[in-house]
Amino acid sequence: MNAPDLAISLVYIAYALAVLLTFGAILTWVERKQAAIMSDRIGANRAYVRIPFTQVKLIWLGLFHGMADGLKLLLKEDFKPLAYDKLAYALGPWLAIVPVLLVFAVVPFGGTLDPGRLFPSLAGWFGGRTYPMQIAPIDAGILIVFAFSGISIIGAMLAGWSSANKFSLLGALRAGSQLISYELVMGLTVLGLVLIFGTVNLASIVERQSGTVLGFLPAWGIVYQPFAAILFLIAGIAENKRTPFDLPEAESELISGYFTEYSAMKQGIFMLSEFIEIAIIGALFVTLFLGGYNLPWMNDSGFVFPGGHAVPLSHGWVVLLQLLTFLGKIFLLCSFQILVRWTLPRFRWDQLLRFAWKFLLPLAIANLVVTAFALWAQPA
Amino acid sequence: MTTPRKPYVRRRYWNEPTMGWWERFYLFEVVRGLAVTGGVFLRNMGKWITGRKGALTAYYPEETRADYAAGNRGKHILTQRPDGRPQCVACNMCATVCPAQVIEIDAAFDPDDPAHPKYPSRFEIDYSRCVFCGFCVEACPEDAIRMVKETPDLPGFDRDRMWLGREELLNWQPRADVAKPYPVRPPHEPGRSADA
Repeated sequence: MNAPDLAISLVYIAYALAVLLTFGAILTWVERKQAAIMSDRIGANRAYVRIPFTQVKLIWLGLFHGMADGLKLLLKEDFKPLAYDKLAYALGPWLAIVPVLLVFAVVPFGGTLDPGRLFPSLAGWFGGRTYPMQIAPIDAGILIVFAFSGISIIGAMLAGWSSANKFSLLGALRAGSQLISYELVMGLTVLGLVLIFGTVNLASIVERQSGTVLGFLPAWGIVYQPFAAILFLIAGIAENKRTPFDLPEAESELISGYFTEYSAMKQGIFMLSEFIEIAIIGALFVTLFLGGYNLPWMNDSGFVFPGGHAVPLSHGWVVLLQLLTFLGKIFLLCSFQILVRWTLPRFRWDQLLRFAWKFLLPLAIANLVVTAFALWAQPA
Repeated sequence: MTTPRKPYVRRRYWNEPTMGWWERFYLFEVVRGLAVTGGVFLRNMGKWITGRKGALTAYYPEETRADYAAGNRGKHILTQRPDGRPQCVACNMCATVCPAQVIEIDAAFDPDDPAHPKYPSRFEIDYSRCVFCGFCVEACPEDAIRMVKETPDLPGFDRDRMWLGREELLNWQPRADVAKPYPVRPPHEPGRSADA
């Protein structure tokens, strides 16, 4: 790896971390505000930052409540249970958040970047190389995603097991069985898409979604696989352990489930990983089913509308538009997940597993079979 | 010897919910629920964006509710004689009956009013402890303390500032109240008018 490649990679990693952590922080605010607005309330709006030496208080619709929460979590006592497994207890939060962050490495957040065209003064240094906007452009994209979300199950189970608390243990058991069940559904729903696009490389999947079908519809995954899209979103919300699938941390039954015995920022890391995972589920859904960074009728050189009308754009505008499109789509998906979380009541435990194994799984398999059959019957 | 186990019979309740296949399928009803909450969200969001208020919550203390019930026991007022002095004769009955013990009265002697020689030089209520039961109003023999529907509006971080004193409480103007005209009595002392 030479210097320009390294520089580009570092920029990508910084961008990804900034995006994910910002999403994690902003979503706490979005969740509060959206829930409030949905239920005819105002929502958190009291925390403020006072400009020093003045009486000017910045409230900004309560945006600083997240900061206040973070500060509170950092300053609280790190209380530990009397008997616990030290190593596993310390590993738990990190195994919950690191895989979530790593999943973003294979998600393409933009098209192809040509740094020489963006910064003409550096064109000689980059030597005309172009880079796909993706931290790790590897072929095994979807497989990596599932591998890492498998690791985050271990995080939840370790945290529950090592706390030496019956509530935590119950939460860990629930987390384990729930996540494994829904992981299966998630994998099967994606398989139909893999059959259609013929690849598991996320960058190629997004590129395949940039055209149109039937002349006007954007060739997004949701057009080919609307059924799989719904199932994937359900399974994704279940993977994230949020209402209506928040059995592992059901407050009314298990206090906080597998992270009952965690306090201060360790508990904060679990919360943060949950909020980042909202964004990750959104990013995966956007990548697989909503055309990733593509706007309808847009390609790497501008817009071409169905009537044949073309609007050319410079490379800088295209890159910016693709980045913003991706973020905007993720944000809409996050908002939808929050809507689901504040609408539906929690399942009972037997209902949860029955829903996964007797409802979603057969539907996912049926979807896969129908897709395979349609591809086989279609004239090549 | 073991008694044979009774077969399990599921209890049926009179209000048992009945679900058709449509509800049992779950997904469509879920979509309907999401449409309801999403619709409320869009309606309220539209109100906020266009500068109207999209919430039912009163933004206390900047904004207080206008729709308190007429009989709401919000805060106390001390009634006045026509000349503006408190009707209270500092008998301490309200302070005695008060279950939260929040009323503090200092009595003083008023030589100018032989009919009511005792009056409160200090009458204070601690609203950080008041339970708004209204017993003081029931106990008062002079109709000197009443409760009105408005709240005291004393939010703060310091409980010492949640007291209301005589001057704040003495705000029921009998002359201004058209609903309850105050009986005008003849002046009890030559040289002093009741309207003074």
